[in-house]
Amino acid sequence: MHHYVAEGTKVGFFTDPTVCIGCKACEVACKEWNQIPEDGLVWTGNSYDNTGSLGAATWRHVKFLELDRRVGPAAEGPATDGAQNPFGWLFLSDVCKHCEHAGCLEACPTGAIFRTEVSSVYVQDDICNGCGYCIVGCPFGVIDRRPQPLPGAGGAFKCTFCYDRQIDGLTPACAKACPTESIQFGPLDELRARAEKRVADLQARGVADAQIYNPVDTSVGGIHAFFLLLGPPEEFGLPPRPEVPTVYLKAAWLSAALTSVLALAGAWLAFDFL
Amino acid sequence: MPGEPLQSHRATEDRLEKLRAEAGRTGRVAEAGIAIVGGPIPRDAKASSGYYGQPIVKPPVWTWQIGLYLFVGGTAGMSGVIALASFLTGQSLNFVRAALGVAFTGALASPVLLIWDLGRPTRFLNMLRVFKWRSAMSMGVWTLFLFSGLAGSAYVLVAGWAFLLHAGVSATLLRGILAALLVGTALSGVILATYTGVLLGATAVPAWSAHHKLLPFHFGIVGLGSAAAILELLGFRIAALNAIGLAVAAAETGVGVWIEMSRQGAKARALHEGTSGRLMRISGLLTGPVSLIARIFGWVPVAAVCFLIGAVSSRYGWIFAGRISASDPQETLNH
Repeated sequence: MHHYVAEGTKVGFFTDPTVCIGCKACEVACKEWNQIPEDGLVWTGNSYDNTGSLGAATWRHVKFLELDRRVGPAAEGPATDGAQNPFGWLFLSDVCKHCEHAGCLEACPTGAIFRTEVSSVYVQDDICNGCGYCIVGCPFGVIDRRPQPLPGAGGAFKCTFCYDRQIDGLTPACAKACPTESIQFGPLDELRARAEKRVADLQARGVADAQIYNPVDTSVGGIHAFFLLLGPPEEFGLPPRPEVPTVYLKAAWLSAALTSVLALAGAWLAFDFL
Repeated sequence: MPGEPLQSHRATEDRLEKLRAEAGRTGRVAEAGIAIVGGPIPRDAKASSGYYGQPIVKPPVWTWQIGLYLFVGGTAGMSGVIALASFLTGQSLNFVRAALGVAFTGALASPVLLIWDLGRPTRFLNMLRVFKWRSAMSMGVWTLFLFSGLAGSAYVLVAGWAFLLHAGVSATLLRGILAALLVGTALSGVILATYTGVLLGATAVPAWSAHHKLLPFHFGIVGLGSAAAILELLGFRIAALNAIGLAVAAAETGVGVWIEMSRQGAKARALHEGTSGRLMRISGLLTGPVSLIARIFGWVPVAAVCFLIGAVSSRYGWIFAGRISASDPQETLNH
C-alpha cells in the first residue's frame, strides 16, 4: 500500500537549476538513506563537480556549469563598461529520469526491473543477475553495474525514487534534504503545471533561454524526473533527442528474419545443386 | 635520481617545456590549448562538446566472453542449418554428424561464456523467470535454450544411429525423428545466429544502433561462413561448403564497403577511426576480399582460416567500437 499518493497516480521530480545552490545535500541524503557505498574520492578538474557521473553508486549528481556569456570580440578581454557580469554559475542535480518508455526496463531479461504503481522504474536487487543489458539500454547513461569490491557488486543499480520512503508516505531523501526546493517531488501533473509557470515567470523576467527538458515528442515519451534548463540540453550532458532503443527492434528483427530465410534457402540450394 | 622528473610525468613535462620554448622564441603561444568546457578560458559560444566532454550514455560492461560468444553462438546456429540442408539433400550421415557436432559444441560453450560474463553468475537461472518479446536478451536466452536441446538431441540420435538400428528401431522412424529435430535445430539456429545483431542494434550505443539493420545480416552470414569454414577445416571438402564460403565472402565484401560508405562525420566514428576502426577494417578485409580471393584461387584452407580469424576479430571489433562509441558524446549528439 502506497501512502504518499493514491495508487496509480504518477509521481515525479521537477529539478530547477535556477534555484540550486550546488550544496550537494541531495547527493549526501541519497547516499545516506539508500546506504550507497563510497566509490572513490577523486578530483575531476571539472569545476567543483567531483562526483563525475550518475552510476551504480551515484544516484544524484550535481553538475557544475561555469558560464561565460562573452561572445565575439568581447571574449578577447575582461568585461568592462559596467555591463552585466558575464560570468555565471549553474548547478543541476541530475537523476534517473524514470522514463515513460524506459530502455532499461524493456531490456531487462530477468524481470528484475519493473514499473511501480506510481510509474517509477525500480530495480529489484535480489533478482538482478548482472547481465548488463540495461546499461546499454539507457539513453541517458544512468544505470550501471556496480564493480568489485563494493557491497552488492555485480548487480545493476540506479535511483529507486526512494520507493521505500514513498511507501511510508515520505518524500524521497534528495527532495527532503534540498534547502531551496530546487528538487520538488509530487504528483506529475502538479509538477508539470508548476514547471510551466516557472518557465513563464523566468522568461517574463528576461531569461529567454529558460525551457523545460522533457522529451515527450521522442520515443522516450516523456520523463517523470524532468528538468528546467537554461540553454541547450547538450550543455548539461543531456541528449537533445533521446530514443528508447527498442524503437530499432522492428527493423532489426525484420533484418534477422530475412537473413534467416536467406541462410536456410542458400544452404539448401548449395547442397541441392552442388 | 634527484632533479629528474618521474617517467610518469614525462608527457606533461615535455608539453610544458615545449610551451616555454615557443613563448621564449616568439613571445606568444599560438595554440589555443585544451578547451575546458564551461571553464574560465573564453571559447566559441556555438561550439559544444557537452558537459566537460563527458559521455552521455554508458559504455557496455561486457568482457571478453561476449565477443567470443557472438562468434561461437553464430557458428553453432548456422551449423544447424548446414546439418539440415545436408541431411535433406542426402549427404553422408558422417557429415551430418560433424555439422551437428559443431552446433552442439557451440551450444554447450555458449551458456558457459554467457554465465561467466554475468555480474552475479550464480543467478543465471533468473534469465528463465520471464519471456519478454521486447528484450532481445530474453529472446536470445530462450532461443539458445531451445537450440541446445534440439541440437543436443539430434547429435545424440546421430551418434547412436548404428546402435539404434542394431536394436531394431526402423530406419524410416529414425530418419523421421532426425528430420524433425533438424528442422527445429535449423530454425532456432538461424535466430541464434542473427539475434545477436538485434541485441547490439537495439541499444543506445551509437555505433551499434546506427547499424541496427545491418548487424543481424552481418552476424548471420558470418556465422554461416564460419560454420562452413570449420567443417572444411575438419576435412570435409564439399563443393556446397565452398559455394557457401564464396557467397558469404562476396557478401562480406559488400558489408565492408557499406560500412565504409556510411561514414559521416562524428556519426559512429569509432567504426572508422583509431584502434577500433583499424580492428574493424582488418576483420572486414579478412572475412571479405581476402577470403574471396583465396577461394577464387582454390586455396580453401587459407580462405577458411582467414575467414575464421576475421569472424572472431570482427565480433571483438564491434564490442570494442561500441565501448569507444558510447564514451564519445559527439557520437551520441550526432546520432
